[in-house]
Amino acid sequence: MTVEMTDARPSLVTRPAVPPRTGEPKPAAPAGVPRLAARELQLHYGAHHALKGVTLQIPSNSVTAIIGPSGCGKSTLLRSFNRMNDLIPGVRVEGAIEVSGRSVLAPGTDVVELRRRVGMVFQRPNPFPKSIFENVAFGLRMLGLDDRGELGARVEDSLRRAALWDEVKDRLDRSAMQLSGGQQQRLCIARCLAVEPEVILMDEPASALDPTATARIEELILDLKGRYTLVVVTHNMQQAARISDHTAFMLQGVLVEFDDTRRVFTSPSQKLTEDYITGRFG
Amino acid sequence: MSSDTLRDVRPLPRARAFDVQGVSLTALSGLSAALIALMVAVILGDIVGHGWQAVTWEFLAGAPRNGMTEGGIFPAIYGTVLLVLLMVVALIPFGVGAAVYLHEYADPYAWTTQAVRFAVNNLAGVPSIVFGLFGLGFFIQFVGRSIDQGLGLDVVWGQPSLIWAALTLAVLNLPVVIVTTEEALKTVPREMREASLALGATRWQTVRYVLLPQAMPGILTGAILAVSRGAGEVAPILFTGAAYFLPYLPSSPTDQFMELGYHVFVLATQSPDVEATRPILYGTVLVLLGLTLLLNLTAIVLRARLRARLLGRS
Repeated sequence: MTVEMTDARPSLVTRPAVPPRTGEPKPAAPAGVPRLAARELQLHYGAHHALKGVTLQIPSNSVTAIIGPSGCGKSTLLRSFNRMNDLIPGVRVEGAIEVSGRSVLAPGTDVVELRRRVGMVFQRPNPFPKSIFENVAFGLRMLGLDDRGELGARVEDSLRRAALWDEVKDRLDRSAMQLSGGQQQRLCIARCLAVEPEVILMDEPASALDPTATARIEELILDLKGRYTLVVVTHNMQQAARISDHTAFMLQGVLVEFDDTRRVFTSPSQKLTEDYITGRFG
Repeated sequence: MSSDTLRDVRPLPRARAFDVQGVSLTALSGLSAALIALMVAVILGDIVGHGWQAVTWEFLAGAPRNGMTEGGIFPAIYGTVLLVLLMVVALIPFGVGAAVYLHEYADPYAWTTQAVRFAVNNLAGVPSIVFGLFGLGFFIQFVGRSIDQGLGLDVVWGQPSLIWAALTLAVLNLPVVIVTTEEALKTVPREMREASLALGATRWQTVRYVLLPQAMPGILTGAILAVSRGAGEVAPILFTGAAYFLPYLPSSPTDQFMELGYHVFVLATQSPDVEATRPILYGTVLVLLGLTLLLNLTAIVLRARLRARLLGRS
């Protein structure tokens, strides 16, 4: 496929090429290499020790749920994979994080490129106050893609993959702020898919939505599974059980248990996990 | 809760029948508001009442004649509009640039950042005549003369002129634009920055394509305030470019110019025949007010449209 590049905006750094458009499964990480890996990950916010030696490996093209009570560090762990924690002043990170075998904490890591490959969907839908089209096209434009036809094709593709196309195809130039909360969240997912990430991190993606919209997001997650590696933070244990292949249970900055979802929910190896899942605390 | 605890609850003190504090405070604040409205009404009424007959087509389109006791004020209108536009063109990039740096790039705890902030806040408190002297000393005598010497010119840049007056006004208004732009950047939700960065946008792209568009209404507010102040300030342009009287219109940035605020000052204090110039004086003040209002209105309409678009209501 030829991608017409009209680089009208001179950029200060050399930008990577626009990734090829494909709804195909992202090529798995090399054999034996997990898509995401954390080793002895320690993270401090000032004096607060938020992650205490987390080690886990997440395989390619699967859904992993991270559960645990509020403040247990599950969002912090999620945000470590695309280095969004960098935005918080006074953060210190030790240990190792790897995406497809490549260290992301090493000095000289291209964080911009990392965040393109490891997309993120936030708790509250956060579309830009721009048109629906421009929201989805944003990441591509930032990569330097200006060709109207190519942009249009990629925007349609992304909206279809996010199961939103039929609802918005007649009003792509209308403001994204006019969409319902659930539609806005699917738009945010489409916006993320447009730059062809390998991994999608979701930080409680349905917690601000009503049950119907939540169900649609869950359907979408199941639909995307197998083509992308999804990591979903959730406080909703039924949701974790419904959508995920693997479940990580965290408590006070410690990864208590990480296993197949079925095993975590039926015969957890840790007493703490069992207590949390059966509702004895949380 | 058991019913016993309900019985233990003490009754609330009864509200007084007549709330003296509430009523007197309401009356006092209402009175202050009425007083301000009255003052504005008196001033506007006086100006419009005395001035509206003077404002004719000849007045707006003609030049002063007969020692300023007759004729119009077109050169002053022209000079004012030019001055304010030049000021805005110079002011917005610097003001917005400084605000973006302070809010998005600078380490908020570094002593340099604190020093810059301290300087900006103090700049806002400097009397405008001091800016006039600064303009004379820095722009004209230092920058202007250096240009002349460098280019081997006679006195072209090293004298009071439109460009130096506009730049002096721009410096005067810099704190306003910096502060309003920073406030506007503060109101952009953190989620917008995160959304942009998480999509693989660079920091600069995030500023340029996400933050600045959303801060635009705030930036326009700064521009509105700057225009209002810039069009009326006389002291900063007194030494830097305003002329008592010019038989021609300025055609280059190095020309001097006539200005409405300064013209009012001239008419009121320097006229050979104060009685004869009085209607012209009132007319000039009315035009100055109208012009400021018009410039502001343009920016306000623009701002309202931008806001509607950001909220998705257009």
